[in-house]
Amino acid sequence: MNKSLYTIAENSLIATKTYKMVLEGNGVEGGEFVDIGIPGYFLRRPLSVCDCEEGRLTLVYKVVGEGTKVLSEMAVGGKLEVLTGLGRGFDPEACRERALLVGGGLGVPPLLLLAKRLKAQGKHVTAVLGFNKADEIILADEFRAVSDEVLISTVDGSVGEKGFVTDAIVAGKPAYDYFYTCGPMVMMKVVCNALEGPGEASLEERMGCGAGFCYGCSIQTKNGPRRVCKDGPVFKKEELIW
Amino acid sequence: MVKDLSVDLCGIRLKNPVVPASGTFGFGLELAGDMDLNVLGGISLKGTTREARYGNPTPRIAECEGGMINSVGLQNPGIDVLVGEKVPSLRKVYDGCIIANISGFSLDEYKECCAKADACEGIDIIEVNISCPNVHNGGMAFGTSAASAAEVTAAVKAVCRKPVFLKLSPNVTDIVSIARACEDAGADGLTLVNTFLGMRIDIVRRKPVIANKMGGFSGRAIFPIALRMVYQVAHACKIPVMGCGGVATARDVVEMIMAGATAVQVGAENLRNPFACPEIAAALPALMDELNINALKDIIGTV
Repeated sequence: MNKSLYTIAENSLIATKTYKMVLEGNGVEGGEFVDIGIPGYFLRRPLSVCDCEEGRLTLVYKVVGEGTKVLSEMAVGGKLEVLTGLGRGFDPEACRERALLVGGGLGVPPLLLLAKRLKAQGKHVTAVLGFNKADEIILADEFRAVSDEVLISTVDGSVGEKGFVTDAIVAGKPAYDYFYTCGPMVMMKVVCNALEGPGEASLEERMGCGAGFCYGCSIQTKNGPRRVCKDGPVFKKEELIW
Repeated sequence: MVKDLSVDLCGIRLKNPVVPASGTFGFGLELAGDMDLNVLGGISLKGTTREARYGNPTPRIAECEGGMINSVGLQNPGIDVLVGEKVPSLRKVYDGCIIANISGFSLDEYKECCAKADACEGIDIIEVNISCPNVHNGGMAFGTSAASAAEVTAAVKAVCRKPVFLKLSPNVTDIVSIARACEDAGADGLTLVNTFLGMRIDIVRRKPVIANKMGGFSGRAIFPIALRMVYQVAHACKIPVMGCGGVATARDVVEMIMAGATAVQVGAENLRNPFACPEIAAALPALMDELNINALKDIIGTV
């Protein structure tokens, strides 16, 4: 874990209430998420890392409350204090040959970095991305650039398969030996219960410290209590109790 | 001139007065890879009970203006793991004052856990939590009346040779009467204050933010109230006080010491800045220079 100042290089609206923020700085690499201090707010905001290379962090976030609203109004050139190197992320090694990535809404961004890593290892990547409607779709082109196959579902049917990610999977029948999922808890529960074979899910929980010492985000697993921020946020399907 | 940051708690020398408060620094080990723990005067470990506890359901955290509410509910691995694993492991990397924080649901539980902590070589001070707002039929129930606070103090003192500090709740009408009752029952010191019982409501979901509805409010916003209580108690009692509540800067530390605290605990600030304690300790010498203070001991309770 490292605490350092980052400069906002980009902060732009990419879909309904959804922003892409690029930060430049010298924190530590690795880790699944960063924890951003927002001026005027007591606790930091944990955001998953969508991309990370040479001092540039790409984050995608949605305005869901006052803190993220303030974040969305910050100008390029502004400074943010960021804790980097937090959390245990997806394990690309767990997949042998063919990976199935299942993302829903704001769970989609961290899967992009995973897709890149899987491709770098020469693995076949199928990404199934689910959204409510067309104007909430994010990162579709970015996924097409690093995946072998991209399936999209929307609840209103405006783009791709009408329904949920599971409907797109049933329709597309992608072959895989390991799956990775991130999205709303209810979606991940359905995905973990419906998909055959091993996989892992990136959980969401309201956090305190973000670094494993306040025990504010503990969940019960089949292996006992685990901290979402430190032992996770990614957990093996077999560990989880839904 | 070299500044003397050291303070003395019941004969135990702390290299500086900065102590992460119980529940806001885990068992110390969680942060051992991220900082040099040895810059800390002491570490108050996470509240521990007889049996392992998972704690309360989530969400356990709610943000507030100037602070936060927590309702962790004493998640801990139990006293045997504390004395058998956590403390020995921490002792290998930390040479400062280790404070075990003990909670309980009955007098017997307090006695049994404190006796085990007393027998554990690595522990220097036993802090008895009679003020946790997040568990029912225990914790705070013991700390909200002078009679029961005295009863716990006497019971624990009977089984301990190490210094025993009682950690007091601010959720009381008259904290001074409870502090005096603990002192009269044999307490070696007092830690105050624990969190203020608070609540937030999610107005969209129309439900409490915290799964357990209420929790303990702490953070910068409570500093003036905590300081006032430390001032009142320190001036009414002879035993040393560890001041706690909303401390976020070196200036706050000096203020707490002037109010009467011998050591100062930093709590919720650690959750927004894991490096708060080392940063505060590092900022103290320059502040002392600015204020013409040569030794922190010299300003304890001088206001």
